[in-house]
Amino acid sequence: MQDFEKLGVKPVAISVDSPSESQDLSRKAGYTYTFLSDPNTDAIRAYDLLHKGAGVSGHDIARPAEFLIDSTGTIRWINLTGDLRIRARPEQILKAAGTL
Amino acid sequence: MTDSTPAHTNVPDPAGPQAATRRRPNAPLWIGFLISIFAFLSYIPIFAKYPSTRDMPWANFLIFAVGLLFLFLGLRRAYAQPTEYRGKIAGPILTAISVAALVFFCFTIFSLGKHLPAATNAPKVGQKAPDFALADSTGRKVSLASLLSTPDASHPTKGVVLIFYRGYW
Repeated sequence: MQDFEKLGVKPVAISVDSPSESQDLSRKAGYTYTFLSDPNTDAIRAYDLLHKGAGVSGHDIARPAEFLIDSTGTIRWINLTGDLRIRARPEQILKAAGTL
Repeated sequence: MTDSTPAHTNVPDPAGPQAATRRRPNAPLWIGFLISIFAFLSYIPIFAKYPSTRDMPWANFLIFAVGLLFLFLGLRRAYAQPTEYRGKIAGPILTAISVAALVFFCFTIFSLGKHLPAATNAPKVGQKAPDFALADSTGRKVSLASLLSTPDASHPTKGVVLIFYRGYW
């Protein structure tokens, strides 16, 4: 987390969870970065990441993905995993963030 | 004197019914079974937490291998020395459950996580990131533009990493 701060890159987590659910998660896990709530999947659909019916009660959720965006709003790096279990590792994101 | 000899021959064979209850327990079978179950159950609470044991669950496969080795040793003992060790019935059952756990583990690891939509229309590198305005965990509306323009602590913001995740619903 401090490594991201040093690089001037903000991690922002987005899911369909409600603000209070994200608050609970942050508090329990000690996360200090921004959590955004997208219950209507507006941003999730804008990034074509909708995973239809994959939520526990069959509602739509986001598939996992990571995007690095520079200060001009241009996408500089993307990780679209092919497997739920395998997400970008912090060091991969830091390496990409170091090139900004 | 003449009575004792026939009496002796009437004594049941030491390897008969009584011996069955005296056969030694076959510990490797149970140890192997417990290790295999641990290999199966430990992935989510322990090994999925670390990328090096998550992406390729080699640690779980190693533990499975140890468990199956114990089961193999136990089975061999049960069948090679059936008068000495127990486990001719329990052995195959425990082994079958362990192998089934391994097969199910492989299935969940290598197949279940792969049914993700392709996201073929996701924005590409070099494109402008679609803006959005969403509520943060305090309910405040936050846009991508505001994230990019607001300085973080004392450092200038060079960028943002958007991490889309499934959520805990």
